[in-house]
Amino acid sequence: MSARDEILKALRAAAPQAVPLPDVGRVSAVRYPDVRERFAKSMVEVGGRCVLVEGPLEPALAAIPEYAAARKVVSLVPGVAKANVDLSSIRDPRDLRDVDFCVLPAELGVAENGACWIVDHGGANRAAAFLTQHLAVVLRGDSLVHNLHEAYQRIAIPSPGFAMWLSGPSKTADIEQALVIGAHGARSCTVLVTAQAR
Amino acid sequence: MTEHAARAAEFVKNDARLHWHDQAVWFVRNKRDIARSFVPEWEELRSLGSQIKAHTLSRLAGYLEEFERNARAAGAAVHWARDADEHNRIVHGILRENGVTRLVKSKSMLTEECHLNEYLEAHGVEVVDTDLGERIVQFRREPPSHIVMPAIHLKKEEIGELFHDKLGTPRGLADPKQLAEAARAHLREKFLAAQAGLTGVNFAIASTGGVVVCTNEGNADLGTALPPIHIACMGVEKLVPSPRELAVFLRLLARSATGQPITAYTSHFHGPRPGASMHIVIVDHGRSRILAREEYRNSLKCIRCAACLNTCPVYRRSGGHSYGVAVAGPIGSVLAPHVDPKKHADLPFASTLCGSCSDVCPVRIDLHHQLLAWRGELAAQGLVPLRKRVVSRVGRWVLARTWAYRFFGKLARIFARYVPNPWTRQRELPPMPRESFRAQWRKRVRAR
Repeated sequence: MSARDEILKALRAAAPQAVPLPDVGRVSAVRYPDVRERFAKSMVEVGGRCVLVEGPLEPALAAIPEYAAARKVVSLVPGVAKANVDLSSIRDPRDLRDVDFCVLPAELGVAENGACWIVDHGGANRAAAFLTQHLAVVLRGDSLVHNLHEAYQRIAIPSPGFAMWLSGPSKTADIEQALVIGAHGARSCTVLVTAQAR
Repeated sequence: MTEHAARAAEFVKNDARLHWHDQAVWFVRNKRDIARSFVPEWEELRSLGSQIKAHTLSRLAGYLEEFERNARAAGAAVHWARDADEHNRIVHGILRENGVTRLVKSKSMLTEECHLNEYLEAHGVEVVDTDLGERIVQFRREPPSHIVMPAIHLKKEEIGELFHDKLGTPRGLADPKQLAEAARAHLREKFLAAQAGLTGVNFAIASTGGVVVCTNEGNADLGTALPPIHIACMGVEKLVPSPRELAVFLRLLARSATGQPITAYTSHFHGPRPGASMHIVIVDHGRSRILAREEYRNSLKCIRCAACLNTCPVYRRSGGHSYGVAVAGPIGSVLAPHVDPKKHADLPFASTLCGSCSDVCPVRIDLHHQLLAWRGELAAQGLVPLRKRVVSRVGRWVLARTWAYRFFGKLARIFARYVPNPWTRQRELPPMPRESFRAQWRKRVRAR
């Protein structure tokens, strides 16, 4: 018998009586009086920054020091002035090793934990989002939800594909519990929450 | 002396280090409490998490078939391994077929359990653990001492010395930020040079065929976005029915583990990226045997958050290495005897049965009940040291007879301080009362 069949057989033989699946919808999850304010707070708590953008995007980006100083910029948000890498022309993701700044669009933001749902990373070249030294995430102000339960009702997980919750910059506390921002991935993460109508 | 006690004795020799470790780990437990306080529905979430796992385990084979079907549809290859050995051979087979000699890994307790690194190294593969804590213990050629914080037992000065040795950082450098920076530069080179990336799996979604991996460093993402091969290794128990249920566990996991509301990266992999390949290895390695045992079944609900380690008074004061297994602490102590009851018979006794582990467990595993159940079972199998068995036998006999209890209580009040007792090696025996509780109570009632 194959390993697969043997394992499945053993699990069937061992299985307890059927237990019903509880309804996740029964949980009355935390909600906030001001979802945008809570999201901004969560972003700070996870080591990121949150900026409300009333007007056009570019001045808000330019105000980020790491963007202003960046030489190699990847953007998956159209119209970013400093973007100078065309991801579709990249054959080997290793060529993205020296990206200074990356701008990613998020579909949804979660107030309880500052997580941004990011689907569009550049496909085969999604490494840009992880190799970059600094990150900005662009999120529409009307795409905020209170908690993860609501979030999973709203999103579609791409398959085949890759998507992630990104909550702040890369970090580690593996040396004596001291928080260090910028472990392997981005050293900073700024979420730009744009006006509702865009 | 049992093995855990012997290794713990080694650890507690350094009193300052012991208290430092205790506090460092307790600090994380505190962060968990704070994070939990921001979620008013926390207790309900725990119940929900526990029930979802109970349901999933009750029809695990069906969910695995559903997962496999959907994972294949998304373009992943699915492999099955009965045990650690088969798992290691499958992973090595994938690497060999593709001519891989340089592998980067993100954290996977399963591969620790299977001793994959040693196996691959013996077959000429360079394996680089990329989680900072794991890289540190890998440099030291020792196992992680904690599921979530593998190098929690080490001081920054020791890590500084290690990095001076291995990475050429200046001698005496002990600043965590600068050390982490050195590791970042070192591991970037490893990521860029790797021919394959291996990750663990936090959750596997049956309805979509995807796997979810949680990290704070982003190492799983770099390790899978650069090389053309992604291998994801998972135990059969990692399944959740659908994304709806996943939300419950993601809300519980990071808060219970480190007090964060969610990890920095929560990556959903469905099939390989364009032009690459993805392999999922599903491993049993004793889990079906645990599922068959009603009193221990709940331990398969574990999501490896390590909250039970952080709260355990024994873990905090004896260190992860005293357990001698990949997964230490209360959860490790109930899992290990399934694999080898004789070898790990000491672990269910490495507990005070205070129950704090069960209180913090995000999926309500009855850990201290399982520890107690193991004690009984191991004793019945004759795997408990003679002295422990004799003491338990005598204790049971005395406690079952009022007259004997009174008589020996009286003897103890007089002679206890003269009897050699390992318990008093590091502690003062409190002064014995002159009268028994019964006598004191009788007096009090009379005086009223």
